[in-house]
Order: sequence, then C-alpha cells, then structure tokens
Amino acid sequence: MKIEIVKNILDANDQVATLNREFFDNLKVFTINIMSSPGAGKTSLILETIFRLDSLAAVIEGDVASSIDSEKMAEFNIPVVQINTGGNCHLDAPMIREAIKKLSISNVRYLFIENIGNLICPASFDLGEHMKIAISSVPEGDDKPYKYPGLFSKVNAVILNKIDLLPYVSFDLERFKNGITAMNKDAKIFLLSCKTKEGIDTWVEWLKSENPYK
Amino acid sequence: MHELAVTEEVIKTVTEVSGGKRVKTIELVIGDLSSFIDESIQFYFELLTKSTPLEGATIIFKRVPVKLRCYNCQKEFNPDETYLCPYCRSIGGDIIEGREFYIKSIEVEDEDRDS
Repeated sequence: MKIEIVKNILDANDQVATLNREFFDNLKVFTINIMSSPGAGKTSLILETIFRLDSLAAVIEGDVASSIDSEKMAEFNIPVVQINTGGNCHLDAPMIREAIKKLSISNVRYLFIENIGNLICPASFDLGEHMKIAISSVPEGDDKPYKYPGLFSKVNAVILNKIDLLPYVSFDLERFKNGITAMNKDAKIFLLSCKTKEGIDTWVEWLKSENPYK
Repeated sequence: MHELAVTEEVIKTVTEVSGGKRVKTIELVIGDLSSFIDESIQFYFELLTKSTPLEGATIIFKRVPVKLRCYNCQKEFNPDETYLCPYCRSIGGDIIEGREFYIKSIEVEDEDRDS
C-alpha cells in the first residue's frame, strides 16, 4: 500500500525557526546569520561591524569546539553566548532557541549569529534570522559561488573580505560576481578588508538601512 | 555529516505514518541545491533502522536538477556551470527547481497479506 506524504524533511527545524523569528520580532532584535568557510573573517567582520553600530549588539558564536571567538567578543564587553556543536557541521534552530535563553537580550538591537565555518551545511537550516550573509575572502579564489551555489543563491548579501590581497592573488572579480548574480540577482555584494578597514563603512551603512526596527 | 539529523527526521515521520507496519520503500525528493547526499542518508538510515519495521526498506532517491527561468528571455533551462541561457545566451535566472527536500511517499506491507 502506497501512502502519499509530501512532508518537508526540515519541518521540525523550520517550526522552531519560526518561533525564534517571532521572539526576535517581539523584542525588535535585528538578527543576522553570518556564514563562510573557516578563516574567511566572520569574527573580524562582526567585530568591525559592531564597533560602527550606534546601538547594543550581541553575538551567538557557533563553533565545533573552543571558545576562542567568544573570548574575543567578551574582551570588548560584547554580550556573547558560545555554542559548541561537538562535531556538528552547522547550527540549527533549536540550538539558537537554547542560546537565546542564556542571553540577556532586552536592550539588544542587533544579534549576530556566527555560524560554523562551512559553505555547505549551514545553508540548509533556517535559524529564524532576518538576514543571511555569506563572507568569501580573496585567498579562497573566485570560484566559490560556482562550487557552493546552495549557499550563495540563498543569501541577502555577499561580502568579499581581504581585498587588500587582490594585487597578490589571481582573482577575477567579474567571474566572482557573475557566479553570485547568476542565481541570486538581488544579492548585494560588498568588497572590503577588515585589515585596512576599506569598505567596511559602506557595508555597515547598508546593514543599518536594512534594519526593519530602526 | 548533517545527514544524520535529517535521516532521524525521515525515520521519525515514516515511523509515525506507517504505524508499525513493515515499510517497503521510501521516496525522497532532493533538489541539487539542497546539499544533502544520497549515500550518506542511506548509510545513516541502515544504521538507525536495525531491528525496526523500517529495516531493509529501500530508499528511492529522486534527484531534482536545478532549473532556472532566464532573467532575460524568461525561458526555463537547466544550467551548466556557466549559467548561460541556451536560448538567448545571457547569464542566469530565477531558481524554479532544485531546492526540494521532502518525503514524497512510502509503501508499506498490506496487513491482510502479512497475516
């Protein structure tokens, strides 16, 4: 006997993500999910961004192991919760639900979720965020959008970090951009360097302008 | 390794729907943009269903290739890595297929045949 089901396999995750989103909406916390490969500059970009915001920001740090990144945040008195997934390759909505219980969030206006360094798995899991951002960096090469279309086709913006290295690395900027817009024509693309600070202000101004609760 | 969590979800749903009957087949629809790998789901499935009514069930994987609607001419096409529209040679389009990830159907053993 055949039984038709037609059920989204990620339903359980997506239901919790919806609850998370309601939670963020009620408290007017603009929530941003940051995804990239390891070492592209997620932590640096989050810090540089928070330094330029005029309201309180908090961070949820996702890592397989260690609290290196959250210690960095704490150095600057940024409220932070560390999630260690113990080998799991992505954050999911229930993990965020647990993390926000530990975060004193009442005055927070921006919440950055630093996902696990990975260009594959995080793309599939809605966390309840308002915005998905991908960071790519110049040394990784211009082919990343072609190799990981699942992620790059889903984000609101792509940040190309480490542009101070462009003179030293073969990187075809047009090829990179075409790989993004081929399946995601609305994605904003920002070129910046967390080292020289070039381009960061433009990105932060855009992010502020996208805040639905400003 | 994110297939472990999703395979557990598949097993949970199928167990609920099949109500203890032996499951013969499970039809999964997976878009190429969804980042889930057939072999990995199969591996976890076999591991997690030992000594359950789902043991030995065949998973039928229906892969859905990416299909775009050309930004320029609005015709639909399956892109290669250049994303060039075969009709008008412009680049890219809106995604209309390729993100699927759902359980379509299952087949369970008929009760009267079992008894």
